[in-house]
This record gives sequence, C-alpha cells and structure tokens, in this order.
Amino acid sequence: MHVDTGHNFDEVLEYRDKRMAALGEDLVVASVQASIDGGRVPDPGPGASRNRLQSATLLEAIATHGFDACIGGARRDEDKARAKERILSFRDTFGQWDPRNQRPELWHLYHGRVRPGEHLRAFPLSDWTELDVWQYVRREHIALPSIYFAHRRPVVERDGMLLAVSPWVVPGPGEAATEATVRFRTVGDATCTGAVRSGARTVDEVIAEVAVARVSERGATRADDRFSESAMEDRKREGYF
Amino acid sequence: MSLPPGAQPAPGSALLRLATIGSVDDGKSTLIGRLLHDTKQLFEDQLEAVASASRRRGVDGVDLAFVTDGLRAEREQGITIDVAYRYVSTPRRKFVIADCPGHVQYTRNMATGASTADLAVLVVDATVGLREQTRRHTCIAAVLGVRHLLVVANKMDLTGWDRAAYGVVDAEARALATRLGVDSVSTVPVSALLGDNVVEPSANTPWYDGPTVLGALEDAPAGAWATAGDGEGNARLPVQWVIRHPGGGRSYAGMVNGGTLRPGDEVVVLPGGQRSRITSVETFDGPLEEASSSLSVTVRLDHDIDVSRGDLIASADHPPQVEREFDATVCWFTDPALTAGRRLRVKHTTRVTPAQVRSVEARLDISSLELGPAEVLEPNDIGVARFVVGTPLVVDHYHRNRVTGSFVLIDELTNATVGAGMVGAPVLAVAPSG
Repeated sequence: MHVDTGHNFDEVLEYRDKRMAALGEDLVVASVQASIDGGRVPDPGPGASRNRLQSATLLEAIATHGFDACIGGARRDEDKARAKERILSFRDTFGQWDPRNQRPELWHLYHGRVRPGEHLRAFPLSDWTELDVWQYVRREHIALPSIYFAHRRPVVERDGMLLAVSPWVVPGPGEAATEATVRFRTVGDATCTGAVRSGARTVDEVIAEVAVARVSERGATRADDRFSESAMEDRKREGYF
Repeated sequence: MSLPPGAQPAPGSALLRLATIGSVDDGKSTLIGRLLHDTKQLFEDQLEAVASASRRRGVDGVDLAFVTDGLRAEREQGITIDVAYRYVSTPRRKFVIADCPGHVQYTRNMATGASTADLAVLVVDATVGLREQTRRHTCIAAVLGVRHLLVVANKMDLTGWDRAAYGVVDAEARALATRLGVDSVSTVPVSALLGDNVVEPSANTPWYDGPTVLGALEDAPAGAWATAGDGEGNARLPVQWVIRHPGGGRSYAGMVNGGTLRPGDEVVVLPGGQRSRITSVETFDGPLEEASSSLSVTVRLDHDIDVSRGDLIASADHPPQVEREFDATVCWFTDPALTAGRRLRVKHTTRVTPAQVRSVEARLDISSLELGPAEVLEPNDIGVARFVVGTPLVVDHYHRNRVTGSFVLIDELTNATVGAGMVGAPVLAVAPSG
C-alpha cells in the first residue's frame, strides 16, 4: 500500500511502479486527494504539506481493506518518539498509539492478537541505524530511486531547509530558486522533505558521508518534525506511521 | 576516544546489548545521555533540541536525561515511562542501549528492555544506597537471565566523593547479585551529571583504579543468548510457516536456536513425536550446508508427515520436553493479581494456546531473596506458578534454552500482555548458612 499525498517525487513513483511490476503484486494506493475530494479531511490549500492529513487516509484504507497489520520501515534511531516504539505495535480502534500503555514485548515473542477494528504496525527494521541500511544496500546490491544520490536540481531555501522546486513548492516573495547538487536522506511528501547538499553519487560515497554526518537523518530534512518538540509523537498518536 | 555519530567499530567486535536498571530518579537516563554526549554520539540538531527543551522547562544547563526521555509526558514529569533504544558505536564496539524506566508502575517496560540484554547497568544513588525498586529490578534482570551486572554508584559528587559511600553500594550490590546467581559484578563511582568516570576517568576518585563506565562496557562479555543448553544435538526449529511447493512437497520455515541443523540430521517433530531426517536446509539464496542458531531458514524432511505452525522440529539426540502441565517462574505485571484458576492465553515460540493457572506455588521476597509459599502474585511480583495448557507445549528449562523456555501471558479479553513466564523455578544461589 502506498499512502499517496499527491505531492510526489517523480523518481519515487517510477521506482514504485517498476518494483511492483517486478514483484507482480497488486498495489493499493490510498489517496489523500481522494480523502480531500470526499470531504473527509479539510483541504489545506495548494502547496501546503499534506503530511499530517495522510494519517486519516491511512486509517481509512486500513479499515476499508481490513488490514490486521501494516509493515513499515520506521527505525528507532530516527526520532525520540520512535525510539520508544515496539517492534510489533498496537493501535486501537481509532488508530491511536498510546505510548504510556504499550504492550510489554519480551524476548522475541511478538504477540499479534487484536480485536475487530484494532490493528498492528510492524517495524522489522527497528534496531537498524541509517548506516546499517546503507551497508545492507551495498551488501545486497539493492537498486534505489536516483534521488538518494547526488544530482543537480533547482531548490529553494525555506526555514533552513532545501526544498526541491516542484508544482507544489514554488519560490515565493523574497525566495529564489537556485541550482544545487543535493541528495535526499529521507523521502516523504515533497512539500516537507528537504534535500542535503551532497556530492555522494555512489553507495560507497553515501556510506562515507553518513559515517561522518553531524546532523541527524531527519533533523536537516523534515519540516514535519519541526512543528513542536513532540511533533512525531503527536502525529503517531493520531495514527501516523 | 570515540567515533562520530554513525561511524562503525572495527569488524569482529561483538555487539553488546545493555539495559539500564534501578530505581526512579537514581540517574539512569542522565547516565545514558552523558554517555552519548561524551562519546560524541549526539547529532548537533539533537543536542540543540535537548538544550532547548531544557531551557523551556527552566532547567539550569542541559538536562541530558532528555536525550532518551523523548515523550511529552516523560519531560513533563521528569521520569522515564517506556524503554528508549539508542545505538552507539565506539572504535572498539557497537552497542544497543535500552534505557529502562525505574518507576514501579512501569516495571513491565523495564522487563521488556532487560529481556534481550547481555548486561544490565544497575544505577544506584550513592547518597541513598539500594532501594526496594533497585532490588526488584536486579531480581527481574537475574531471573530473565542477565548474567553480567555493571553497577554505577551515581551522584558521587553529592557524597563529596566519599569512598565509603562507594564501598557500601559495591558491597550491597555484590551480595545481592551473588545471591541471584549473576556471574560478574563490577562497580564504578560516577557522577552522571558531571561526567566523572562515564567516558573520561575522574580526578575526584584517586582511590578508584578501575575502568570508566564506557571502558567496562567495551570489555564486557556478550552473548547472553548462548545458554547452558546450546551445543551439538540441541538444535530446535519452532515452525513459523509451512511452505507448499508447486508440484508437491513442503518445507518448514523458522528460526534455528540452541544448536546447528544440517542435512542428514535425525530429527523429531514435536509434540507429535514423529521421527524424520532433514533432507535440505535453505534460505532465499539457496541451499546451506548448515544453519546455526538465530538463522532463519526453511528445512525439508524426508517423510511426508503432518507438521504445522506451532510444532517444533528438534534434533533427535536431546529433544525438549512435551508438557501439558508445568511450573514456571512468572513476572506478573498488572491488576488483578494472579491467582489459581485464572484463564489466560500463552504465547510460546510460534504457538498460542489457552492456559489456566493450576496454582500459585511461591513468591520471591525481594528483601530476603527467599522463595516463600504464596497464594497470589501481585503486580510486579516475581514468583512460581503451575500452568495447565490446552495444547501441549514443547519446552526446555529457561536456563537451558531461552527460546523454548520463555513465554508471555496474554489476557483473554483485552489481549494485553500481562505477564512473562520462564519454564522452571528460578535458579538462585544457595543462601549462606547461619
């Protein structure tokens, strides 16, 4: 399932479609635009981040398809709220995460019983770090979308972040688009995912760069984590991945 | 010396999983924050966020506990509610740190963090000594099988760097750990707040010539998951999934533990008891000559027998026991108290089965460390209970095999995890006579 905010990087959609074709599986696309069109979530306006809205779309899709569990790639090293997350994590009938009342998770015994309407999130990469992921990519020769490697593209600096210029990110008054060599450390909604200046064009170069990074993976690049001190926790409580 | 965030230690150094344990407010989170800070493992934006959170709450300086206390409620109350996992690399070693809550209400989360730890860092306020909750945590860590204890005599600055205060913590912790059968204990005099003896040796403790906390962790033995029962002929494969192949034949998927499985090995499928022989061991990448502990594989057998998820394929040399009724050590987490007759679900390896408590046999008194007769186990008690299960379970004593020896207890109505079980009675050292 892809929760599609409608603000995508082309390279990501291309990779997604190629990957699905190779696997021969059906893709469920849960569309935030459809949720807006159906009046189920308010339209934040053109160019505004739909990051937070996608929780509603995700929960709708989970209910529609009757999913018992959703497997995601979130890792504990990404964020201080995610550092508290279980590997198999319970969500109530409202899709809420209750960090004060998580199921104890002893040894490697993952207990997945839920009642109708409740569901689970599974995070098998919980104990991996950003560097572990890249070393695995190298070892297993995993193909990636090109935006994870250095490339030239027009960007605009906004709130200390480098946003890729796109139909949803247009330089405003006092802002200027510049061409820069960048790559992405995380990829989400294009309106809130920043690029980092980087010359790393290969997996080995990315590994060398990650090994000496002074800023965390999401710290330089995610506007959605900056709303408040507990931005991630607040979104996770609402059902965010 | 340390590496920048994300850098890797030399290959070959064993990963160490550690959990902080001890009473609330004795400084566990501050210690981990200090350890991360002084090993330069904090990214600039993370440090700035901690500094800003500290300023917002009127903290004088930077409250390093906020490095791991990341939940809003934790920062409001200044306590840890749930385990935070952090990842650290030094030139010598890679660590996974579980920073556990000390508050008695969140003992279940401490057990979560300690259940996978090679070593426990027991943090003690040296101005106070061992509290009841310090002893409870040490007992839980010990029954969970943590064999190595690093005691941190914290807040030494508040004792005026008093060697006698350090000596009291060391002696009390050592006596407790020895009685609980812990293999190794060492104690470091520390001020987590000021950083003394955490990463850098302190000038305030000239009477102490042992390692810093980091030094002790870098030298600590790993591999708590290798237990007494591991070895040739003790392999077990709890069946997680049955894979049917187009054109006929089945293979059985799961994670190996306890020993090594090879093609040609004589095995027994339990609880049924059918004997067979392994014809192949495979992963996604193809056939293997052998599969050692903690490798996920599929195996094929040379007989067409009925094997389902929840069954266990074991080496025929030393198979585990098939039990419908057994004693187990229990850490009970919630209200109401555990009593005879209580119906629960047990999740053991890949099987979930209904169970009933036949009797509560004993409770561990965490002051005297005696197992005494008991009728109930209150929340956060450790004790022994006798269980009857709906489907026979294939078990080993927890001290022989942590995978086949462990289970969790699930409430039938709410599906909450309400207790942790370990097959067999706890192994305590014999009390000194007189």
